[in-house]
Amino acid sequence: MQVEEKKEFTPLIVAFCCNWCSYAGADLAGSNRLNYPANVKIIRVPCSCRVNPLFILRAFQRGADGVIMCGCHPGDCHYTTGNYYARRRMTTLFSMLDYLGIEKERTRVEWVSAAEGVKFAATMKDFAETIQKLGENRKLRDLRCEK
Amino acid sequence: MREIRELLVNKIKELLDNGTVDRVIGWKAGEFCYDVTPAIFTKDDSFDDFLFNGFCGANQSKYLIEETKAPGRDEPEKGKILVLLKPCDSYSFNQLIKEHRIDREKVYALGVPSKGMLDVNKLRNMGINGILGIEEDGDMVKVKTLYGDKEVARKDLILDRCRCCKGSKHVAYDELLIPEAEEWEKDTTDRFAEVEKLEQMSAEERFDFWRSQLSKCIRCNACRNVCPACSCRTCVFDNANSGVAAKVNADDFEENMFHIIRAWHVAGRCTDCGECSRVCPQNIPLHLLNRKFIKDMNELYGDFQAGDDTETKGPLTAFTKTDAEPSIVYSRGGDK
Ligand code: SF4
Ligand code: SF4
Ligand code: FES
Repeated sequence: MQVEEKKEFTPLIVAFCCNWCSYAGADLAGSNRLNYPANVKIIRVPCSCRVNPLFILRAFQRGADGVIMCGCHPGDCHYTTGNYYARRRMTTLFSMLDYLGIEKERTRVEWVSAAEGVKFAATMKDFAETIQKLGENRKLRDLRCEK
Repeated sequence: MREIRELLVNKIKELLDNGTVDRVIGWKAGEFCYDVTPAIFTKDDSFDDFLFNGFCGANQSKYLIEETKAPGRDEPEKGKILVLLKPCDSYSFNQLIKEHRIDREKVYALGVPSKGMLDVNKLRNMGINGILGIEEDGDMVKVKTLYGDKEVARKDLILDRCRCCKGSKHVAYDELLIPEAEEWEKDTTDRFAEVEKLEQMSAEERFDFWRSQLSKCIRCNACRNVCPACSCRTCVFDNANSGVAAKVNADDFEENMFHIIRAWHVAGRCTDCGECSRVCPQNIPLHLLNRKFIKDMNELYGDFQAGDDTETKGPLTAFTKTDAEPSIVYSRGGDK
């Protein structure tokens, strides 16, 4: 008998979630027993504006296949304007990644409020599917970090 | 160039003598005639080795951070320093004032004219080697080499960055060396043309292009050190706690990371002075990274020129409520 050695690819997804909205949204999804993919690893940040471009690159370096950032809806930031700055930063950063030839679908920004548990689960599912289709991140990865 | 140098030296001596300034950042020959290096001259120095020619490309504004810093406890108070700004240097000067990195009160800025700076690599590409001396004479450049004398048209040696010249006007100065300096005859190129060419390529082609460029990087940090916008007290790449303070790029991730972060940190503050590309010993076209940011921000948030003045907020320190969503990236650029 032969043992099939084919391992299925499960993408690793890192989600930076703002404490005041999306993180609570993830909580709500959980308490409502909504499913979202288990390979989404959430990192809580105090505000979407806290996300430094190095965080995103670091996540890829350590083996993430997709990185998503979630914050309060524009206008609803707990610190009033943080997400407006974050929006410009992520737009320019993502555009630069694309310019370097890194698949632009690997990065995403989504605004999810604390009341949007359903949206949170749906977003993560959709993003995970996109990354599943894209396959492994090979372009922005640190070979030394490989297990 | 000779006459201008004479005019300049006289002006400098006048300002030193009448006590307006007590020192000046000028230029001196380096090891070779084409690697002219910034140097400080005082009243007591001889100006015999003071240089002003087409190889004075170095943007001097960054030196003012160190030079105008408040003195330490036991240090004497220094007087004003004279800085010689070419038109494009004056943008960086403004930008540093905006960021409160230069004490404007301690500087006397003399605007000097520029007719485009020269690139020694262009001589080499013409097969001219063993260079012993270079003399600019109007529209021609006379080159003395080990293999005899050559003459080349000056316009063929202009640095690429100067072909995208912002113009002969200074945006900041206390005095102009030649008040009515006329525009020089430049053969300009569109500064975004190369960026657009890259945008038209497929993602794979772009990836290969940047790999072939960035893999040459030896992480000498020259591009960062020379950049007038890179002026943080402690750079993230020098901060041992950041985890990215490596001296060498261990792998291609780090090559990419260093360049993305370097360019991103100066986005909205980069005046497009072109110094990074000029100093890179590996000839990596770093300006293509900076210009991508400039182009994106111009298109998305309105035209902006860093260093135009000392007040306007840069595009990444401002926002509007109706800014484009990051998802706009999916539909922009060449390959969809
Ligand atoms: S100057 Fe060139 S080789 Fe040196 S760190 Fe910058 S890109 Fe790399
Ligand atoms: S690379 Fe970034 S942290 Fe380093 S000096 Fe430049 S702007 Fe500052
Ligand atoms: S607090 Fe949630 S984005 Fe600023």
